[in-house]
Amino acid sequence: MTEKYNMPDARGHFGPYGGLFVAETLIPPIQELNAAYQQYMNDPEFIAELDADLQHYVGRPSPLYYAERWSRELGGAQIYLKREDLNHTGSHKINNTVGQALLAKRMGKTRIIAETGAGQHGVATATVAARLGLECVVYMGAVDVARQSLNVYRMKLLGATVVAVESGSKTLKDALNEALRDWVTNVDNTFYIIGTVAGPHPYPAMVRDFQAIIGREAKQQCLAQAGRLPDALVACVGGGSNAIGLFYPFIDDESVKLIGVEAAGDGVETGRHSAPLCAGKPGVLHGNRTYLMADEDGEIIETHSISAGLDYPGVGPEHAWLKDTGRAQYVNITDDEALEGFHALTRMEGIIPALESAHAMAYTMKLAPTMRKDEIIIVNLSGRGDKDMQTMARREGIEL
Amino acid sequence: MSRLATTFAELEKTGRKALIPFITAGDPQPDFTVPMMHAMVEAGVNVIELGVPFSDPMADGPVIQRASERALAHKMSLRKTLAVATEFRKTNTTTPVVIMGYLNPIEAMGYEAFADAAQTADIDGVLTVDLPPEEAEECTALLKARGIDPIFLLAPNSTDERIEKMDALGSGYIYYVSLKGVTGAGHLNTADVEHKLQQIKAHTKLPVGIGFGVKDAETAKIVSALGDGVVVGSALISKIEANLDNPTQATNEIIELLTAMRSAMDS
Repeated sequence: MTEKYNMPDARGHFGPYGGLFVAETLIPPIQELNAAYQQYMNDPEFIAELDADLQHYVGRPSPLYYAERWSRELGGAQIYLKREDLNHTGSHKINNTVGQALLAKRMGKTRIIAETGAGQHGVATATVAARLGLECVVYMGAVDVARQSLNVYRMKLLGATVVAVESGSKTLKDALNEALRDWVTNVDNTFYIIGTVAGPHPYPAMVRDFQAIIGREAKQQCLAQAGRLPDALVACVGGGSNAIGLFYPFIDDESVKLIGVEAAGDGVETGRHSAPLCAGKPGVLHGNRTYLMADEDGEIIETHSISAGLDYPGVGPEHAWLKDTGRAQYVNITDDEALEGFHALTRMEGIIPALESAHAMAYTMKLAPTMRKDEIIIVNLSGRGDKDMQTMARREGIEL
Repeated sequence: MSRLATTFAELEKTGRKALIPFITAGDPQPDFTVPMMHAMVEAGVNVIELGVPFSDPMADGPVIQRASERALAHKMSLRKTLAVATEFRKTNTTTPVVIMGYLNPIEAMGYEAFADAAQTADIDGVLTVDLPPEEAEECTALLKARGIDPIFLLAPNSTDERIEKMDALGSGYIYYVSLKGVTGAGHLNTADVEHKLQQIKAHTKLPVGIGFGVKDAETAKIVSALGDGVVVGSALISKIEANLDNPTQATNEIIELLTAMRSAMDS
């Protein structure tokens, strides 16, 4: 790569992907948001406030932890974990919500809305809304409300209204539809905090910029601890915010392999999965063009994954671009494999990962043994597993 | 002249306004739609907006969402919606038909294949809810080359600049979404609509159809006087929903409402 990576273009396009595909009523608030984002991302005062919040409220920098025992056990590359699970609220999601909430405050918005799948983004949004004293409404598919009841309770404790969405497949995509309907109705006072690198421009770029702290820290930490850049980065991909956050600062470092891990559910060949990059095709949903899971008529099809956070038929448009250009590679891990990754990390390192992150762990178990002992993998441990205790217990037939 | 241009020109000559019903193709079942379209023409409508059901109708309220779900349960699709229009055209060669829906079914078919299929089905206009002018150039050019009018939305918060953009890129008519929200929502404020229509008319000569919030003969009369036509959707689909076990009754109630609207608008 001779030219520095510089995506998206001014209209939010990553090659043929991304863009601005929304109904007319949303154009003015999106233009307003884009103007504020362009202004404040170059405003030293805003950046200083954001950095202070990330340090003192979120608890950054998050450690880069050398998983020595697990590396030895797998017998190949040395594995480092980027510990986003140690952030306040337990995942990487708060990096973005802190940033967008500061923007909302600067823009004079009094009401925050969000969509959530596993509930991690909903909790991270309810958290910053509580701190800033803003009204908060979180849309969550009724199916997800049932399987992530702990996070629903956390959001309610934080003062948010949680709306169970009963339309469509009652999961993350339907929560996003409902949040868009709310936004179009309440555009004047409402700021929509999208939790992933999808949605209309500028969300994919903006959420990436707020999450890129993950990769910037990891790069410095790896240089400091190992004296060189890693050979591979591994992260799970639903919408893809934790993955792009880790990948982005390394895109121009050609020697570093970027590997995104999608959820194969029951197996890509069964059709019951959430792996649009591995098994979907390009289309338009939720404001951007990207890889989607749709039938031949263009209707979105239902997805499946054991992890609610990966259960989404689309993916951020920048991942679509990185796939097509070959800069990143995308693989998939089934529910059963993810559970193996979950148990392995728990027993080998004493760290219980979120089921989403467990997909990245499971792929690392395949990848590490194929690499030399002097090579380095950084795996994004994007969230902690506390929220998944009920799902795990149910799966193992245990009543809590 | 396109069918839409002819229709609006003739209405203007007689000082009347366009009555534009929206129904979702295939709701509540596929064989309901074509007879319904003919019955609506009998009741005095001027343009028909035919909704293409979509799995994720982000700009629609619960009534039209459920219409989409019912139609999809019968495997209705963009292709089959075009077949409905083709069937309608066999015995009606004058009433304009506008396809209204979301972009992904068109993406899945391919822009050029869709434009060809729409031309073959003798479609008059295409309104794609999530395709604003920013992204619409390619699709719009293909439609215009085939004599199909691309129809765009304007909203209460649209600026002068955007109105000019729609005027340049669109044809047939402009659909003014009279309130911030989803289809079937709330009550519109007549003074606000009147004020906005003055602004829109200052920047475009295209006819303006006003939709969202048109529920009965009285609102149809008031709203139609402010522009060139009214679009009524959720109020009709509610009749279908209330009579799922009795399609004849649904048809009767829809025709009764449209007849009342027509007569109120013409009086």
